[in-house]
Amino acid sequence: MSRIVALHLGLVALLLALNFLLPAYTHGNIARIMVLAVYAIGYNIAFGYTGLLSLGHAMFFAAGMYGTGLILRFSELSALPAWGVGLACGAGLALAVGLLALRTAGVAFMIVTLMFSQAVYLIILYFGAFTRGDEGFVIEAADRMIWGLDLGQPQVRYLAAWALFSVVLLISLRLVRRPAGRVFVAIRENELRARLLGYDTFRYKLLALVISGTISAASGGAYALLFGYAGASFATVQYSIFPLLWVLLGGAGTVLGPFLGTLFMFYLIDIASGLTEAYMLIAGLALIGLTLFAPQGIAGVIRARLWKDLP
Amino acid sequence: MSLILSTRGLSKSFQGLRAVHEVDFDLPQHQVRALIGPNGAGKTTFVSMLIGRLAASAGRICFDGRDVTDMPAHARVALGMAYTFQITSVFARLSAHENVALAARRHLGADQDAVEAEVQEALGRTGLADRADALAQDLSYGHQRLLEIAMGLAQRPRLMILDEPTQGLAEGEIAAFKALIRDLARDTTILLIEHNMAVVMELADRITVLNFGEILAEGTPAEIHADARVQAAYLGSGGDD
Repeated sequence: MSRIVALHLGLVALLLALNFLLPAYTHGNIARIMVLAVYAIGYNIAFGYTGLLSLGHAMFFAAGMYGTGLILRFSELSALPAWGVGLACGAGLALAVGLLALRTAGVAFMIVTLMFSQAVYLIILYFGAFTRGDEGFVIEAADRMIWGLDLGQPQVRYLAAWALFSVVLLISLRLVRRPAGRVFVAIRENELRARLLGYDTFRYKLLALVISGTISAASGGAYALLFGYAGASFATVQYSIFPLLWVLLGGAGTVLGPFLGTLFMFYLIDIASGLTEAYMLIAGLALIGLTLFAPQGIAGVIRARLWKDLP
Repeated sequence: MSLILSTRGLSKSFQGLRAVHEVDFDLPQHQVRALIGPNGAGKTTFVSMLIGRLAASAGRICFDGRDVTDMPAHARVALGMAYTFQITSVFARLSAHENVALAARRHLGADQDAVEAEVQEALGRTGLADRADALAQDLSYGHQRLLEIAMGLAQRPRLMILDEPTQGLAEGEIAAFKALIRDLARDTTILLIEHNMAVVMELADRITVLNFGEILAEGTPAEIHADARVQAAYLGSGGDD
């Protein structure tokens, strides 16, 4: 087993051990961070590895959240199949959006993804009769059961979040070390060159976006199941910007970066809001500092200074 | 001898400017063909259409008996064309090894041992074996040019298009490059755009001269060397070499 695999399995093991050690408040936080970090990992596949700067990933998160939530609300399916539907919604949406948006690049791609995401947000509001619009809806405790386990119960919730995070982290680690992941990086670095090495870059970008959208939907669906709520605020622009910030802070194009960034930002806001009402000011200053002094993000700095082969 | 590449009436205009005009060009297999001409003669435009970076305004391109005119660049590469850039275009933030591995993996797939062997051979033949772990951006300019060629080699192309490969190389590097091309010519057809006449005269089996987007002359190095029109074209443009 290589040092790299050992490092990532070490994080997985540490997070499992923390389940038995953490006080209740932090325990809940880490569960939430792991679910959101899955979203960041998904975003990182498109942005960090393939160079696709999307400003609309909230639509994929929301596709998973509403795909799962609405199925539970209006059908007899149980939690796990409903989550599967959420995943399929995310994958389908990413495929459809990708086929259109990937005809553009750079700033145009940012705008097109932003617009699609706004369209999804407005659709959620428009069909308020089903989605309850801004207010959102609560997913009943009876629907949040997997194999007789109550996902609302803190231990189960933490372990479910841990299981999802671990699987997605290891999938991401494997993907970026496989040939397809290397092509993603090649496209990010120099798309014309990749094309002239014989790679169909459109198909690879579409693949990256579908994987990214599906993982984002997995996070959205899991959020609905574990925290029992689906609301339109998760489809707003803010939720497209969050994963961008998490990934930038943690280190774009690194496997561990999304988790580190999500953890850092969560606690930055958590601690700052305990100190002052103007907590976003502190968060903002910290972000500016990181951008100035460590533009590659936390894991990016580790890679540049300490561990050259960190994937 | 069968043709690996041919064009008929191949043309490219940029807003009325005829960069390449009705070029009929035939390249038999296993030949080393040089494409020369004064600056602005349309050489890079011509080969950009061959590989598919630029769409032709008119005319057809056949590669290995297939009409590839409407094929995207990546599909032409998959058929066995390779192109090295005039302006170095390596993956700057990736290692030399990874640059070449990307070129090899497209046809070798996930077979890591085969890719590794191919990378070692390409780096070895270009003299870059001891720089394998260096980032491409940290290589000297000459080494980046050689890395471009290594990436071409690792694709195992049947037609290799080299766009001014010796530009910016030192004398010693040019000698090594010539040896490399002679070696490569045993199993690959080569189309070489080159300004360095010493290199052209030494390497090329035949030479095609482009001037104002049209073929001015074609022949052996000796014939081209003696051609009065070619001399006039070069002198007329201020002399390129």
